[in-house]
Amino acid sequence: MFFIHHRKLFYVLIGLLAATSLGALMVWGVTFGIDFTGGTLVEVSYPDGRPDKQILAQRLNPLDIGNYSLRPSGEEGYFLRTRGLDEAEYKQVREALSVPGTNLVEDRLTTVGPVIGEDLKNKAFVAIAVVVLLIILYVAFAFRNVRKGEDEDAPGVSSWAYGFTSIFVLAHDLLIPLGMFAFLGKFAGAEVDVLIVMALLTILGYSVNDTIVIFDRVRENLKKNEEDRAVESFSKTVGRSLSQTYARSINTSFTTLLVVLALLVFGGSTTIYFALTLAAGIFAGTYSSLALAAPLLVTIEARQHQKRTQHMENTSVTDTAPEVRKKKKKKKKR
Amino acid sequence: MNLTPYRAWASILVLGATLLGYGLYASQKDPSGTHFRFGLDLVGGSHLVYEADTSKVDPSEVDEAMSALRDVIERRTNLFGVSEPLVQVEKASFLSTSDKKERLIVELPGVTDLDKALQIIGATPLLEFKLVGPPAGASTTATSTASSTGQTYIDTGLTGALLSRARLDFSSGRNGGGLANEPLVYVDFNSEGRDLFAKITKEHVGTELAIFLDGKLISHPVIREPILGGTAVISGGFDAEEARALVRNLNIGALPVPISLATTQSVGATLGQEILTKGIQAGLIGLSIVMLFMLFWYRLPGLVADLALLIYIVLMLAIFKYVPVTITAAGIAGFLLSIGMAVDANVLIFERMKEELQKGTPYLDAVKEGFARAWPPIRDGNFTSLISAIILFWFGASIVQGFALVFGLGILASMFSAITITRTFLIALTGVADKVPSLLKSGFRNTK
Repeated sequence: MFFIHHRKLFYVLIGLLAATSLGALMVWGVTFGIDFTGGTLVEVSYPDGRPDKQILAQRLNPLDIGNYSLRPSGEEGYFLRTRGLDEAEYKQVREALSVPGTNLVEDRLTTVGPVIGEDLKNKAFVAIAVVVLLIILYVAFAFRNVRKGEDEDAPGVSSWAYGFTSIFVLAHDLLIPLGMFAFLGKFAGAEVDVLIVMALLTILGYSVNDTIVIFDRVRENLKKNEEDRAVESFSKTVGRSLSQTYARSINTSFTTLLVVLALLVFGGSTTIYFALTLAAGIFAGTYSSLALAAPLLVTIEARQHQKRTQHMENTSVTDTAPEVRKKKKKKKKR
Repeated sequence: MNLTPYRAWASILVLGATLLGYGLYASQKDPSGTHFRFGLDLVGGSHLVYEADTSKVDPSEVDEAMSALRDVIERRTNLFGVSEPLVQVEKASFLSTSDKKERLIVELPGVTDLDKALQIIGATPLLEFKLVGPPAGASTTATSTASSTGQTYIDTGLTGALLSRARLDFSSGRNGGGLANEPLVYVDFNSEGRDLFAKITKEHVGTELAIFLDGKLISHPVIREPILGGTAVISGGFDAEEARALVRNLNIGALPVPISLATTQSVGATLGQEILTKGIQAGLIGLSIVMLFMLFWYRLPGLVADLALLIYIVLMLAIFKYVPVTITAAGIAGFLLSIGMAVDANVLIFERMKEELQKGTPYLDAVKEGFARAWPPIRDGNFTSLISAIILFWFGASIVQGFALVFGLGILASMFSAITITRTFLIALTGVADKVPSLLKSGFRNTK
């Protein structure tokens, strides 16, 4: 199988993409929305045409509202993000935004207290950690009966290898959309809010499905080999499993991606970044299960195999006395 | 194999889903029918989160205090004629890492002006003690107010601001204090309240002292003797439940839990309508593309999957309507996502069937084998998604819960539709597939 054979090439390609994402995250970081930092977000629109940004900035600058960011939203609106404003302060802002000769509509006004924001941020981290932990436990549990490859003719890896590989792949699937967010935050002012955390948690639960489909086939093929007493290298078994399942892995992700793309294109401004995060995560989840998860199993098995043969060589030299070996040989001769 | 029961079930499923679908449509059109419940972000309104400072409240009484707060704010929102307000105490989430904070969520549909919303809730509950005067007409006191029953009440100047706390106790009956286990309500005043209360009770023994909350008469005990210690005992005329409510209401007047505004959100009705329209539009487009894909890729099984998907949607909409589940923008997104995921199980099953058909397995056996072999990855995959949904639900914030609930329900319902329903249909169609093998051919290209 292509992905198994050229696994080192794919490791490099995926590594480069992941490193780019990580780099973007480290250099720019993500911008957290007011859900997490606290503050006020005002969403206004001007159905009769919106005034220039400069005009609004001129009217907002004299106000004592600290640093603010003003971004266009859609065709006729703006987002204004400031520190938490009280009623009186917001009234001044509203005055400033209602430029004479325009028709101001207040679409949405959100104020989040700093304590709630901090609380939610902690919750988000805990939630992601708990989901990751539960998935690794579940995968390890679901694959507990897999053939583990304890003897020479029956290669395989332990069920924990399946669990940890899933998590490694999941970390990658989260890294890619987060890296995308670092870019979007830098160049388009995108912010990580509660919706985005929801998308990330959904990706965690969903993108592991592709990996499970492939692992399940590996499990089944290993079992069948055992029943048929067929001898096959682990990399061949994984490769065969992959070529049997890649079409369905792609199809399942594809149908979900279709809906997410429909949401992205037609769903309106509220869910745009949510859909984009999901799309990136599902996309990353699909190629990572093909080109990362399955090949990683092969790599782990190869490492274990190497260790075991080294260990066996060592034991045969030091532990086993020559007489014992002779006895064994004699037995065989008889 | 006898196919009749499968065919009967398949017909019942189609008929039932059609009827249910029509019922959903008809009740939506009918002004007096059950309608979908939409969240504030779709209909416009205000969402407020208050943080209650319960640090000075005895830990065992926190729930009681929060419940009292909830009641009084609900009364206020009703007083202002807000339709279907939602006032609830936020359940503490196990994911919460900071100190346990008591929060009160207030949702006011249709109130898009935040000033007005804050005005509705912001006012401090008002507790007043008034002397019951002679019937209206007989009294000429300037400060008296007449009630609808003709009774007059004379302001005393004693209000909840002067009360330190109220508590509930039960009489032992031993000291000649009436019946045993009679509920007693103790009212403790602060120093100023104590002096005023002493003066009032000294001058008006035998008169009824009426207690008003937010202008509503809640109790009118008789003053039996002058009370100098600053503690009033109210007894008689109520059972334990009423006494508990009275204590709660009295404590509101004394404001045992100061509240502060933590989060506000107000959404204009036009934006909400736009989000809803666009969400439905995106859903229909996404659904059509997925259905076309399944039909072209898998032909007859694809058609069956499409049918199962439609039944799934009707089922979910029925749950939304009759449970009911409040539909929010995030909930719509979760529902759309679940549509894309609902056919995943079908893809896995059909691909497995394809393998079996390629081996030359007869149709019916291929169907059965496809389902049996595809089950483990479907189970594992859905279980991990369900883990995400459950953790999301425990996350706490209401926007996340809306999504998680829809997403989680979707996973469960789609497992039913994609497996049970599809299986019934595919078995019921055995003869058709045998007669017209080309129906299986496109997606199953290599079938011999």
